[in-house]
Amino acid sequence: MKDAATPVLLEVRDLRTYFHTFSGTVRAVNGVSFEIGQGEVMGLVGESGGGKSVVGFSILGLIDSPGRIEGGEILLEGRDLVTAGEDHLRDVRGREISMVFQDPMTSLNPLHTVGRQMDEVLRLHSDLRADTRHRACVEMLESVGISRAAERLKAYPHQFSGGMRQRVVIAIAMLANPKLIIADEPTTALDVTIQSQILKLMRAQIADKGASMILITHDLAVVSEMADHITVLYCGNVVERGRTRDLIENPAHPYTRGLIDSIPDTSERLDRLNQIPGSVPDIRTLPAGCNFRDRCPRAQALCATEEPVLAPQHNGLMAACHFPLQPGERP
Amino acid sequence: MTDAAVLEVRDLHMQFPIGGGILDRLRLDRRGIRLENPIVKAVNGVSLRIERGEIMALVGESGCGKSTVAKTIARIYKPTRGEVRIDGTDVADFGYAQMLPVRARMQMIFQDPYASLNPRQRVRDIVAEPLLEQSKTAQMRAAVPDRIAQLLARVGLNAEHAGRYPHQFSGGQRQRIGIARALSVTPGLIIADEPVSALDVSIQAQILNLMKDLRDEFGLAYLFISHDLSVVHHIADKVGVMYLGFMVENAARDVLFARPRHPYTRALLSAAPSIKPKRDKEEILLTGEVPSALDLPSGCCFRTRCPFAWDRCASEQPALQDVGDGQTVACHLIDEPERDIL
Repeated sequence: MKDAATPVLLEVRDLRTYFHTFSGTVRAVNGVSFEIGQGEVMGLVGESGGGKSVVGFSILGLIDSPGRIEGGEILLEGRDLVTAGEDHLRDVRGREISMVFQDPMTSLNPLHTVGRQMDEVLRLHSDLRADTRHRACVEMLESVGISRAAERLKAYPHQFSGGMRQRVVIAIAMLANPKLIIADEPTTALDVTIQSQILKLMRAQIADKGASMILITHDLAVVSEMADHITVLYCGNVVERGRTRDLIENPAHPYTRGLIDSIPDTSERLDRLNQIPGSVPDIRTLPAGCNFRDRCPRAQALCATEEPVLAPQHNGLMAACHFPLQPGERP
Repeated sequence: MTDAAVLEVRDLHMQFPIGGGILDRLRLDRRGIRLENPIVKAVNGVSLRIERGEIMALVGESGCGKSTVAKTIARIYKPTRGEVRIDGTDVADFGYAQMLPVRARMQMIFQDPYASLNPRQRVRDIVAEPLLEQSKTAQMRAAVPDRIAQLLARVGLNAEHAGRYPHQFSGGQRQRIGIARALSVTPGLIIADEPVSALDVSIQAQILNLMKDLRDEFGLAYLFISHDLSVVHHIADKVGVMYLGFMVENAARDVLFARPRHPYTRALLSAAPSIKPKRDKEEILLTGEVPSALDLPSGCCFRTRCPFAWDRCASEQPALQDVGDGQTVACHLIDEPERDIL
């Protein structure tokens, strides 16, 4: 879902990524489609096991055995990354698409200085000379709010706090001026005051460079403050997508409604939260029909036999539901 | 002792010496060779009071000492100084045997539902363990199996779950097992250390609802440790805000969320993301990060990040003072409100 005026940067069509395990085939991503326009932020949300991280890894071609991309297309400015060779992907990673991971401790190499890890990006993806690269690294580190940058380049990751490490990871991700940043739970491991610093920083960096971002998170509050569009995943399928405010205020899919209602809100006081009953089904043995029907208050006989497909709803939303909610309606 | 609070903590201090061998602690400076004894001051004079049926939340960021307070009250740690009164009895100096009857009145629920259950025990044995510890007669022990079936049903598990092992359950179900275990000895106080932060949001709502129902049903009191302000707002009757081992603000929930007075509380509330669009909310942006508890700043603990800090904050440590409605705040701005401008 992108606005008609903005040119498309990335288009994912019917992506299927399966993991062939001894206990059965896990259809982690099972027919996911979306588009991102240039300069847009798309939130990819859902609970554990929804397939949101696998979508991110699939785009970068980071799916390892027993996983495989079984079908679909990932078009970056029209070129398909699924059929592209490893050489081409290596050019794309870091230069055109970069990634920010959840845990800043494990995504930096503890044995190399921060400076060396930053320099590596430019060494691989630019023809700049060493002194120019060094200057670029200092500037980048300063722009993510790390003071005494030249000195800090010589420090190792363990000499930084969690928030500072995540700033370094963002600096590395931004260095080669990528067109798209995939941020997988970038602030989940951080405290709330640090989280708000990092989110502000990421937004400023993206606006500054005109890049696009896929923000993968379980936290609807974070995406609702950051994203232009939201795509909701459940059991490897897109169940709903649309513009952020429309989707948060009047979702059409009962799962989205349930997620929103599960979040306690400080502006109102409820005695009980409207919980979604049950838990996410085992993705290896998904039932026929709608994956959400066992937990859905609106489920009817049709939901058990026929799998709903994404269809246009009110306010330009797309939802995969036989009995979608109307604006203002509760399940 | 009927008028005693379920829990009353007075001036609690918890300090941890950092171990390490002699060579790690040797320092060489101008005055020669010294042996350092670094001490982490995790909790610095925390006081709180919880009545029967009341839910008090402790909030703060990582390293603020909220979990250490919980573990010290549960007497997993022995406090360095201060009083911990359970139903009026000070248990701060109790030994292992003396604590046993106290543990029937106070139980704990942990954050990580994967690490807090023994993977080699069946659910029925996990839930029965505290109960068997407390059962002195054969007659009491004979009643245990019925009680376990009852408890499992109450937390939303069924009888066939009793024979399974923890790995066969999801995170939410495991947290239910942890709750059943805590309830087994019918305690008056449950200390819950981040009980929902490892859970998905839809499961988190289920567990919060369960905990509230149990409070209403059994008149339980909770000390609820959390970093998530929206969860705290939902469940707590009153809230204590901690920073670097100090209690910086303490108030009834509605008072705290409507009129936070301490700059740190105000910053926390403004930093919390919300699915509702922001009204013109005060925004206090904090720069920098929390200082080390090995080397606390002089004066006010928060002054290194506080946008209002002036020279008095570096020289004088603010004490908690009452500002009305039972709200207490440790900040010099209360005395000098004219400085409260950004």
